[in-house]
Amino acid sequence: MTTAVLDAKGLNCPLPILKAKKALQGVPAGGLLEILATDPGAVADFQAFCRQTKNELVSSTQDGKVYKFVIRRLT
Amino acid sequence: MAALPDTAALDRLISERLDALLPQKLAELREKKTASMTIIATKGTLDWAYPPFILASTAAALGWNVSMFFTFYGLNLLKKDISDLKVSPLGNPGMPMKMPFGPDWFRGINWNIPNVVEAGIPGFESLATVLMKQTIQNKGVASIPELRSACIEAGVNLIGCQMTVDLFGFTHDDFIPEVKEYVGAATFLPMARDADVSLFI
Repeated sequence: MTTAVLDAKGLNCPLPILKAKKALQGVPAGGLLEILATDPGAVADFQAFCRQTKNELVSSTQDGKVYKFVIRRLT
Repeated sequence: MAALPDTAALDRLISERLDALLPQKLAELREKKTASMTIIATKGTLDWAYPPFILASTAAALGWNVSMFFTFYGLNLLKKDISDLKVSPLGNPGMPMKMPFGPDWFRGINWNIPNVVEAGIPGFESLATVLMKQTIQNKGVASIPELRSACIEAGVNLIGCQMTVDLFGFTHDDFIPEVKEYVGAATFLPMARDADVSLFI
């Protein structure tokens, strides 16, 4: 299954979350969404977002100034 | 003859079972319930437009039911054109005055401009607004029209305060058609009572 990618680099709170929510709607159930962001607040925010929306945060990693989150759509 | 039920023992048993089961039951109910939030938005400046719209759009993204009640200067945020919201550094000692351009050392300077100077220069507020908007753009922060659109798209209920509409001489035509209703405090309070989160901004 292909992974959808959302580039949210340079965007600040709450835009990465709002755009991720929208992008997830285009992902089939069980599918993956990869999000790239530079907002350090996004690390905690994506954890909370996934817990609240009952989706799975598959991974949360950092490469330099870029954070990468992979979310599996469950709901 | 059947023994009479020992009510005291029965009560004790029920109480013990309730103590054991209730926390889990309540947690299950809480988990099942869709969270909700109500916000009273009372400010009509560019800076104060952010907290209500950020919280409302984010809550909606989390799947919560959100209603926003716009009253007094907050009604400004429901106008058809909100691209001209302004911020005032006058009488606002908490607001840093930094320049959104130039080298880093220059951007880092906090220009401490006395109120009497700010008040005396015509157009100072407009200048501050231009600088603030540039900073917002530089930092990748959403614009207010963008956040309001996100709220509307996510189904946030926008509610206007009818009393303030009358007080300030507005008509419903001054506001965006997405405003669901114009009501008073008696309609808002029961909504706030049922909400998990209720904020006054």
